[in-house]
Amino acid sequence: MVAQALGAALPGVVTASNDEWVEVAPDRVEDALRWLHDSDQFDAAQLSNLTAVDRYDRFEVVYHLQSLDLNHQIALKAIVTDHEDPVLPSAYPVYKGALLQEREVFDLMGIRFANHPDLRRILLWEGFPGHPLRKDWMGMVGGHTSGLRGFPFENKEAPDRIMNAGNLVEHGESLSAQTRRNVEGAQPGQGH
Amino acid sequence: MTTSAEPFVLNIGPQHPSTHGVFRLRVVMDGEIIRDLDMIVGYLHRSMEKLAEERTYTQNIPFTDRADYLAAMTGNLGLAIAVERMTGVEAPDRAEYLRVIFAELQRIASHAMANGTLISDAGAWQTPLLYMFREREKILDLFEMTCGARLTTNYMRIGGVSFEPPAEFWPALQELMDEMPERTDEYASLLLDNEIFLARTRNVGIITPEDAINGSLSGPALRGSGVPWDLRKAEPYCVYDRFDFDVPVGTVGDVYDRFMVRMEEVKQSVRIIKQAVEQIPPGPHKNDIPLALRPEPGEIYSRVESPRGEIGFYLVSDGTPAPYRFHLRSPALINLTLLRELGVGSSLPDAVVTLGSIDIVLGEIDR
Repeated sequence: MVAQALGAALPGVVTASNDEWVEVAPDRVEDALRWLHDSDQFDAAQLSNLTAVDRYDRFEVVYHLQSLDLNHQIALKAIVTDHEDPVLPSAYPVYKGALLQEREVFDLMGIRFANHPDLRRILLWEGFPGHPLRKDWMGMVGGHTSGLRGFPFENKEAPDRIMNAGNLVEHGESLSAQTRRNVEGAQPGQGH
Repeated sequence: MTTSAEPFVLNIGPQHPSTHGVFRLRVVMDGEIIRDLDMIVGYLHRSMEKLAEERTYTQNIPFTDRADYLAAMTGNLGLAIAVERMTGVEAPDRAEYLRVIFAELQRIASHAMANGTLISDAGAWQTPLLYMFREREKILDLFEMTCGARLTTNYMRIGGVSFEPPAEFWPALQELMDEMPERTDEYASLLLDNEIFLARTRNVGIITPEDAINGSLSGPALRGSGVPWDLRKAEPYCVYDRFDFDVPVGTVGDVYDRFMVRMEEVKQSVRIIKQAVEQIPPGPHKNDIPLALRPEPGEIYSRVESPRGEIGFYLVSDGTPAPYRFHLRSPALINLTLLRELGVGSSLPDAVVTLGSIDIVLGEIDR
């Protein structure tokens, strides 16, 4: 519904959509946000969350918009295909709430936001090498790729082994029973 | 006689009691008035979001303790609910009630800390803070007897909670809930007729509702400006839709209103806990889940109401046991969006109480 209305009002903005999110053209992000913000039908008054995902060959910047009056949420995505020097229009002219969130994305993901009033690193210091939330960040040396293929404590023969089954100590007493006994023996207020 | 002085740069923090942690303010002062303000954060940055990509969903729960360390329970709860919504795992009914009880106890403890330090910033040095700590200590004792930890609780699990509270938990909780109304009245009588406190907080750091919404504020910082937005009402999670409670809001949007919203929320939390204790059903406190959860490839943005506002988890799964992307939407960081606007043009003491009223936790800002 959002995709249809947005596509009708601003032709060429919507590039794809599904039930969960609407994908918009990266150079038209600000137009799309402004239209949703001003629209009575969608009333996207608040930029609830702004973050980005690295997909190795492209970046997805995700905007979660919130209507407080209508109590619904809209997710927008902008796909930036330039992985070397990604640039996107800033959401700040529409939503002041993008100020620190875009600085964080710039710092950790290395996406520049044009027209941002104060685009500096926020969590890391100036001169920090690279942008660590990128999947190919220089910290990942030796051919190690980020992620976890298998859980080390998992039994290959029984991958469905449940969590609580291993929670037993030798004499068959569960950990919670042990804790309870410890608590019963303790004086109130102990352990400061 | 008139005097003139060159504007000068004043550095506050990162080690300073009124910055509530390792938070640094760099202000340009023209006499008593702030002409420019810059905040410098990141001293506690531990790259949680990167580390999370190497750990299973369950192994990531302790990170949420160390993000907002004054409200570990709601951080735990946010992640547990996000993964449950992603995988379809359900928690038993009793666990949902236990979650509500512990999340609301955490809210009382966190608001006591927030308001206590705010009063300290406003000049009532230490004594009121220790009054607030009295109840917080009792709540932390309840946490300790249930899960063994006072601050980094690691209590919520995907599919339930880690431990059933021991037998002596319930009378201790009842006793605390019975004395809470008396305690909140005591704070009110100590503070709200105090002329100095009113002078320091009334009409200071005013945030208009339009700015609060546009600046992505949430929690008491948003409700203090008169916007009745609370995720416990707007999209009830756990069993919040079964309880009767109000969403207190302010009228002016100043420091005093944010302080009062927290005071009122403590009373509402007591109401919720009393109802939850009456309604809580017997049964298991945790469902069995596979050792390593592998959600279907996809993504979710799920949020809960923490004492500081909307704590959101944006999780992307690629079908492996660890999240492909783990983003924690930090209410404490985003509530600081308007700090520069509020600070410039005011005096330094006013900026300090404004910062105190926003209630920041640096562990969550820096992550």
